[in-house]
Amino acid sequence: MTTPSAKATGVLKPVLSAQDALADIPDGATVLIGGFGGAGNPVELIHALIDQGARDLTIVNNNAGNGDVGLAALIRERRVAKIICSFPRAASAHAFTEEYQAGRIELETVPQGTLAERIRAGGAGVPAFYTRTSVGTPLAEGKEIRAFDGRDYVMEHAITGDYALVKCLRADRMGNLTYSKSARNFAPIMCMAAKCAVVQTVELVEPGAIDPETVVTPGIFTGRIVHTPDAVQEQVLFEQGARYP
Amino acid sequence: MTPAADAAATAKPKKIGLTRAQMAWRAAQDIPDGSYVNLGIGMPELAALYVPDGRQVTYHTENGVLGFGEGPPKGEEDWDLVNAGKKAIGLLPGASIFHHADSFAMIRGGHIDLAILGAFQIAPNGDLANWRAGNEGIPAVGGAMDLVSGARQVWCITDHTTRAGEAKLMDACTYPLTGIGCVTRVYTDLAVIHVVEGRFHLKAIAEGITVEELQAKTASPLVVEGEIEVMAPPAL
Repeated sequence: MTTPSAKATGVLKPVLSAQDALADIPDGATVLIGGFGGAGNPVELIHALIDQGARDLTIVNNNAGNGDVGLAALIRERRVAKIICSFPRAASAHAFTEEYQAGRIELETVPQGTLAERIRAGGAGVPAFYTRTSVGTPLAEGKEIRAFDGRDYVMEHAITGDYALVKCLRADRMGNLTYSKSARNFAPIMCMAAKCAVVQTVELVEPGAIDPETVVTPGIFTGRIVHTPDAVQEQVLFEQGARYP
Repeated sequence: MTPAADAAATAKPKKIGLTRAQMAWRAAQDIPDGSYVNLGIGMPELAALYVPDGRQVTYHTENGVLGFGEGPPKGEEDWDLVNAGKKAIGLLPGASIFHHADSFAMIRGGHIDLAILGAFQIAPNGDLANWRAGNEGIPAVGGAMDLVSGARQVWCITDHTTRAGEAKLMDACTYPLTGIGCVTRVYTDLAVIHVVEGRFHLKAIAEGITVEELQAKTASPLVVEGEIEVMAPPAL
């Protein structure tokens, strides 16, 4: 074959309801959830995951939820066995704080850049890597240290997920994605690192409607699409004092 | 009593040392022209207000933005556009947006010229403790460990002592470390200190305090060589 056959269309991704998109997430799954503080949290997908009922989840997110919606609500409902994050502390992280202090949730604190690189590595097929970050600190304890050019580095393992839940601004039917400003944060690398990335999008367009030069996440990393044109920012819900369910 | 002596006796004693804004101002005077800078939450981010006019400085935030500035007024925030402290920000002309792994490649790959952070404790070998005081509470580190091990220079802005008067500059940190051998300068309310080859070098001192008094508040020897600047910040 010299050029792609004109007979084949590109691969289209299923466009599903949030309920259907998450239906097969089993108990004990590892779920990577995008978002940083109040920006980029896939609130509608997380609420659908609460409704779905999966338990004993391992969650990877930068934080540990705000207020009583989204990730905080998932934690409050005791669906999370373990959380891997860089910054679980916040004035509004009372759901996590309560569960943690009661010993009902395991915490793995990871430096933010190491967290991002572990996820990127997971998506790129790199099982582990060495980094200068955390050398000489409590977060390097028990990990392999190796010297390169006379400096010590700590070995960190890749993170992969069974699922990723992320939010984007625009998706085409082939799963190509663009994001809204700093709501991008962890989403592109989480899509890469998960077996099935479930993407909620504000806008859903036909293939070709996104300039290929501006695609941030190529469709090969996208599993399922959920169209949520009326998605609400977590920060807005938080400021309203909203609670789910 | 003469009227003047009477006024002196009843006036509050003048506080020695710089205010928080003045500390940020003093550090800002030293931010190099043409640098990419990451400012930590609190006093470090105040420094952006006081960088001298005409200097080229691009600010980086861990969550994926280069070239940000002040956010919109309250009520008009765009919560898709925040900084690492989760505050609403604005984009300046020439800004760029990228994902978290690229953002930390900038930090960990040595592309950020300068990170300015807070500190609990600093040792003359450049060790820094600023993420966890003791072993109580929930361990939360954020991007601090990446910044201190990746940025080309790491400066700290901090009060010279704790509220209880304990030294923060000491021979060896006792709190859990954020990074080893990373701090190159310290800006406090009382002094500017450069960390060079395992020693604290005094470069500037606040008005109204002697080197001996400063040493008494510093739990590690200060090297005092050459001319020492007496800091003269504007009223802030």
